[in-house]
Amino acid sequence: MEERLRRTMMFVPGNNSGMVKDAGIYGADSIMFDLEDSVSMDQKDAARILVYEALQTQDYGNAELVVRVNGIDTPFFRSDVFAMVKAGIEVIRLPKVESAQMMKDLVSTIEEAEKKFGIKVGTTHVMAAIESARGVMKCLEIAESSDRMIGLALSAEDYTTDMKTHRYPDGAELEFARNMILHAARAAGIAAFDTVFTNMNDVEGFERETKHIHQLGFDGKSLVNPRQIDWVNKVFEPTKKEIENALDVEAAIEEAKSKGSGVISMNGQMVDRPVVLRAQRVMRLAKASHLINEEGEYIEE
Amino acid sequence: MKNNVGREIPDEILNEKDYKTFKSVDIGNPEKQRVAPKVSVSTGDDKVVDSLEDVVKENVKDGMTISFHHHFREGDFVFNKVMDIIINAGIKDLTLAPSSLTNVMNDKVVEAIKAGTITNITSSGMRGSLGEAVSHGLLKNPVIFRSHGNRARSIEEGEINIDVAFLGVPNSDRLGNANGMNGDAAFGSLGYALMDANYANKVVLLTDNLVDYPNTPASIKQTQVDYVVKVDKVGDPDRIGTGATRFTKNPKDLKIAKMVNDVIIHSPYFKQGFSFQTGSGGAALAVARFLRQSMIDNDIKASFALGGITKPIVDLLEEGLVNKVMDVQDFDKGAASSMKNNKNQQEIDASWYADPDNKGAMVDQLDVAILSALEIDTDFNVNVMTGSNGVIRGAVGGHQDAATSKMTIISAPLTRGRIATVVPKVSTVVTPGDSIDVLVTEVGIAVNPKRKDLVEAFKKVPGLPLVSIDELQKRAEKIVGKPEEIQYTDRTVALVEYRDGTLVDAIKEIKD
Repeated sequence: MEERLRRTMMFVPGNNSGMVKDAGIYGADSIMFDLEDSVSMDQKDAARILVYEALQTQDYGNAELVVRVNGIDTPFFRSDVFAMVKAGIEVIRLPKVESAQMMKDLVSTIEEAEKKFGIKVGTTHVMAAIESARGVMKCLEIAESSDRMIGLALSAEDYTTDMKTHRYPDGAELEFARNMILHAARAAGIAAFDTVFTNMNDVEGFERETKHIHQLGFDGKSLVNPRQIDWVNKVFEPTKKEIENALDVEAAIEEAKSKGSGVISMNGQMVDRPVVLRAQRVMRLAKASHLINEEGEYIEE
Repeated sequence: MKNNVGREIPDEILNEKDYKTFKSVDIGNPEKQRVAPKVSVSTGDDKVVDSLEDVVKENVKDGMTISFHHHFREGDFVFNKVMDIIINAGIKDLTLAPSSLTNVMNDKVVEAIKAGTITNITSSGMRGSLGEAVSHGLLKNPVIFRSHGNRARSIEEGEINIDVAFLGVPNSDRLGNANGMNGDAAFGSLGYALMDANYANKVVLLTDNLVDYPNTPASIKQTQVDYVVKVDKVGDPDRIGTGATRFTKNPKDLKIAKMVNDVIIHSPYFKQGFSFQTGSGGAALAVARFLRQSMIDNDIKASFALGGITKPIVDLLEEGLVNKVMDVQDFDKGAASSMKNNKNQQEIDASWYADPDNKGAMVDQLDVAILSALEIDTDFNVNVMTGSNGVIRGAVGGHQDAATSKMTIISAPLTRGRIATVVPKVSTVVTPGDSIDVLVTEVGIAVNPKRKDLVEAFKKVPGLPLVSIDELQKRAEKIVGKPEEIQYTDRTVALVEYRDGTLVDAIKEIKD
């Protein structure tokens, strides 16, 4: 899977033309157009057509474009997938996934659509939303269900209902699911997205939850409001020390390259792969937060 | 003849009215002659009269110029009351020269035009049914739109010669000492009306609140006033200014506001003692909030905030982040009521605020102005007057005046609904592009290429999305498409003056 930042996945109701038009302006790493829960039954076709047209005409910059289609068991599923594949969507997100088979069914529908519209088979990526106890227990097989998989996302509202609880401020009820999803995603080498936080007035609670999932190791969070983007990015911002360390690692890599050496060393110690990977991620985050300039130099306050 | 912003000004207008076409935003240092009003000497101890009818009949004659202020905004009771009497008296051929016209006045002006009472209008702007009527040719003579600073200049130089000014005030004593700060209908600064009080041949105050003599502080003075008319109510307090201003939660407005703030704080002007002017819209208020935080973070204080004032600006004053508020009008109750309690909130008249032919106006000292636009074109010319259908629906206000600032930022969404804001050519030029420095939209920031210094300064800021205005225009067109051209007749229905009195544009009648 291509390494990219996925700190923020912004939900955009597929039938809201204003929000669909403006979705690209907020700097979300991923934009998720929703054809499912935020769209009422009598708006399903309208939303599909609107998102289809928007994908052809609007400029969403570098954001990864995702669409949440209606579930496999709905009459809208096939039309959603065909329209989105034809529009050239990057990722299709399937809701309420409970088995690898569901993802395989999605992938075979996508493949059918890709062939029909003359799109190279394998172009369209997929991701799964985990929304139930069964889904959580199966998340490794789901994560490994296809080469097209880019990530798993926790959807806490349905999950907590399934678990006979509801959401609490401290998030203890989500701890198991979060860790399962995160581990499955990491084991499969794909991304892990935390659930939405819907109370826009509780900025502190949002920040607390974001810090927590950042500490656990999530790639990012699903968002219901563009205002949350800056808040998440702030939490994911690397520290000055991390950036300086990453710059040192980069310099060591360059030096090793120029010497033609396969061994990277820094301050007399060998730099191993995890350190390199972490440094690369820090550099991506630092660039995205405009903490280093184009030349890769740290910008002093 | 084409003027220097490429707009065709009909020759007959230039000849008949002895107009010059717009040349430059640079005012230079000309020598100007001001005029003085007639004075009807009075030594009596009471100017209070009960009958507005009698005052009107005695003083308003066919062909005169009458004026009003618009400080009561949508809560104004004065204009319609006076105009009813004038229309009923059968007076004809008046020139109406208010500081501006608000929506509550629209239908009465249309009625007065139809009755032949009003045959000429000069105003900052007009909207609604009046704008529609004028755009469709109701008024024979073209309306003249002037900025607040230009109105002050025109009054001082005798281009607007006010015979009778009818000025509503929330308090007055029996000789005409009055201010805008106290009383049920208080609105704060009397800024625009002070010009009328100073230069009209006859000044008629209307008030619902007679107070003991002598009334202080006196913004309008007894030396200027001919009559004080007692009326039931001068205005509706709830509609004079908006109530508590709520900060926008609209993510797009917030995004633009944050970008505007980024432009300000990375400009050479963001330093100790800088000055600024913001508008009154939701996005402008959000800028004030972001700017406040940046001022705290950087330990920077502003020497003054200028113009139309809002509660968030007054809050900055109280917090000590702004040293003085120079106040020509107040947009909300918080700003209006603060004036009487805070000696650092200084009432200024329109001349002090923005008259170009002055020995020094506040706008000339202004570092940063944040203004809006209905349209802005790829030459940075701004239209705040006509809508996408060509109909008059706006006001010059202080737009041309504040654009004199060292860095003028236009803050506007790229598109509004299906209408592009950034266009190849604006339908009406109000503020010439030469005085516009930066355009901030939600998708990018365009700097006027003439401002190489700003381009260089902003280039160094990582994350500031700089684009050319042509790119923004193309992007807007890609979203909303190309509109059909508006169809006009050859008839001119309104003229837009630049602040020096030259003609910057002529607005044509809409073809039905």
